Amino acid sequence: MQPDMVSKVKQHPKYRELLAKRTAFSWILTFVMCAIYYGFILLVAFRKDVLKTPIADNSVITIGIPLGVLVILSAFILTGIYTWRANGTFDDLTREIKKDVQ
Amino acid sequence: MRNITLFGLISALLLSVSTVFGAGGDLGQVQKQGVNLSAILMFLVFVGGTLGITYWAAKRTKTAKDFYTAGGGITGFQNGLAIAGDFMSAASFLGFSAMVYNKGYDGLIFSISGLVGWPIVMFLMAEQLRNLGKYTFADVVTYRLEPTPIRSMAACGSLVTVLLYLIAQMVGAGQLIQLLFGLEYYIAVILVGVLMILYVTFGGMLATTWVQITKAVLLLSGATFMAFMVMYKYGFSFEALFTQATTVHKDKLAILAPGGLVSDPISTISMGLGWMFGTAGLPHILMRFFTVSDAKEARKSVLYATGFIGYFYLLIFVIGFGAIVMVSTNPEYLADAAKGTLKGGGNMPAVHLAHAVGGDIFLGFISAVAFATILAVVSGLTLAGATSVSHDLYANVFRRGRANEADEMKVSKYATFALGILAIILGIQFEKQNVGFMVFLAFNVAASANFPVLLLSVYWSKLTTRGAFLGGFVGLISAVVLMIIGPTIWEETLGFPKGSAPIQYKYPTIFSMTLGFIAIWFFSITDKSARAQVDKDAFEAQNIRCQTGIGAEGAVSH
Repeated sequence: MQPDMVSKVKQHPKYRELLAKRTAFSWILTFVMCAIYYGFILLVAFRKDVLKTPIADNSVITIGIPLGVLVILSAFILTGIYTWRANGTFDDLTREIKKDVQ
Repeated sequence: MRNITLFGLISALLLSVSTVFGAGGDLGQVQKQGVNLSAILMFLVFVGGTLGITYWAAKRTKTAKDFYTAGGGITGFQNGLAIAGDFMSAASFLGFSAMVYNKGYDGLIFSISGLVGWPIVMFLMAEQLRNLGKYTFADVVTYRLEPTPIRSMAACGSLVTVLLYLIAQMVGAGQLIQLLFGLEYYIAVILVGVLMILYVTFGGMLATTWVQITKAVLLLSGATFMAFMVMYKYGFSFEALFTQATTVHKDKLAILAPGGLVSDPISTISMGLGWMFGTAGLPHILMRFFTVSDAKEARKSVLYATGFIGYFYLLIFVIGFGAIVMVSTNPEYLADAAKGTLKGGGNMPAVHLAHAVGGDIFLGFISAVAFATILAVVSGLTLAGATSVSHDLYANVFRRGRANEADEMKVSKYATFALGILAIILGIQFEKQNVGFMVFLAFNVAASANFPVLLLSVYWSKLTTRGAFLGGFVGLISAVVLMIIGPTIWEETLGFPKGSAPIQYKYPTIFSMTLGFIAIWFFSITDKSARAQVDKDAFEAQNIRCQTGIGAEGAVSH
């Protein structure tokens, strides 16, 4: 990349905005995913009794089953949320930066 | 089911066949099956079809870019299917469903651990890789660091990961095929090796991707049909299915809650880290991000892949429970009704269930799909290994970036051939060994050596060549050494007395990955060389390309 291009992009206010927004968003989502997964694993390690509780009095299904399915769904939903925001906000900002510097 | 170790379980899931039998057969011994005609016919149809794909792809594979990345023209949806295909190996199809069949809920815990790495790849890696790289993840790492040492280090990490994973897959493949088709072990291994050499040498990434997509569609359809038939039988009521399962399973209600699988928190977290971040460091998976046109398609790839993998794991849960109610109760599938052992060994619940819901023809279909799965996965691994040899070692280290493209292509084809032969020889050598540890070792190396260097090269402006080089090797060596002196290899494989292993953790990722990160950090901040200044100064430009895609390979022209 040409040095003048670097300084042009660097000084572009939208670039600062993109950098700040995307970085924060990525790390927040990473943290949320880790919290969900390790929260689940810690329940499995230390609070098996919680996961063993039936979802209703007359049911054999335990709370652990819908909870496990929710962890799987959350992985998909979080990637979906990221894609949605990236396709919108981040791509818009990127397009504007590119239009201005090129 | 006594004494089944955590390690036995994780390897069961990744490489069910070989591990379980190698570990002394808690789940039953491998028994060669009679020749299965409908399976062989369907398999021949699949091989014919994939060779057709290879022929088609060969005509379109002319340049190095075609060979390594299918010309960069794979769509996000197609790539998502291919990535999901890389993850839905035969071992995870048969191994996961066998775990649910034996242990119920614990099988679900492993499915979850296998999935959660994907969102992390999405948030931190996918677009960045696409914007910075060309053919391998070493391209990303050497974007601003000194190419020769860093590429050598990244190629070491890649090749170690690929070889360990490949050997494990080959041994699993030989045993699985022996089981499903009644072929001799060595014939099965040679067959897999020859086919994968053909796909990769002639069709490159385009053939490898389409073989993987074909198989992913077949496997998802087959698994969907099985789960549908199970639910159909129970009027689409989970309550009815689970009630019946808890009645017939020997562990009764316990199968609907976590068992003894996860107890020691250090091991558990360490295992989770290995899974999560190992995924983000597997060269054959990372390479797939270079096959799409831009960051947006890379992002879509992960979204689709996460969806397909998650859906597949949910199906596996239903299939495992379906097998409890429809296979374990049917004497036709049992080798020993008193002990409840299955014909063909402990990894057969899904295969028997295929017969129970769809008869001989569907059994043949599922067996052929299982074989197809192995072929597709080993092809991807071989391509990643060959690319590391030709693009990283030959073109950029040995020839210092001055190799012409025709020579580089030639080397990649020789490397494919050599890796294929090596995989066949090692696959036969390791037949009787417990190679299950190799899968976790591969993930552990990926998480401890490849991932930290890759992550910090993208995000940390103060990373220097010295830090990445030394830190990468610290991660690699500690990942291997801590596994060797851990209980699995030290006691089970090397045969030292129980309890004598210098460290008592089966999953050292929490230590080796941390060591890798600390070493990179330490050797970077203490680096006062002139090169270090060059590395740091180049971060700004790298970050601009990484964030915006300006100047990215095949994305924008300016």
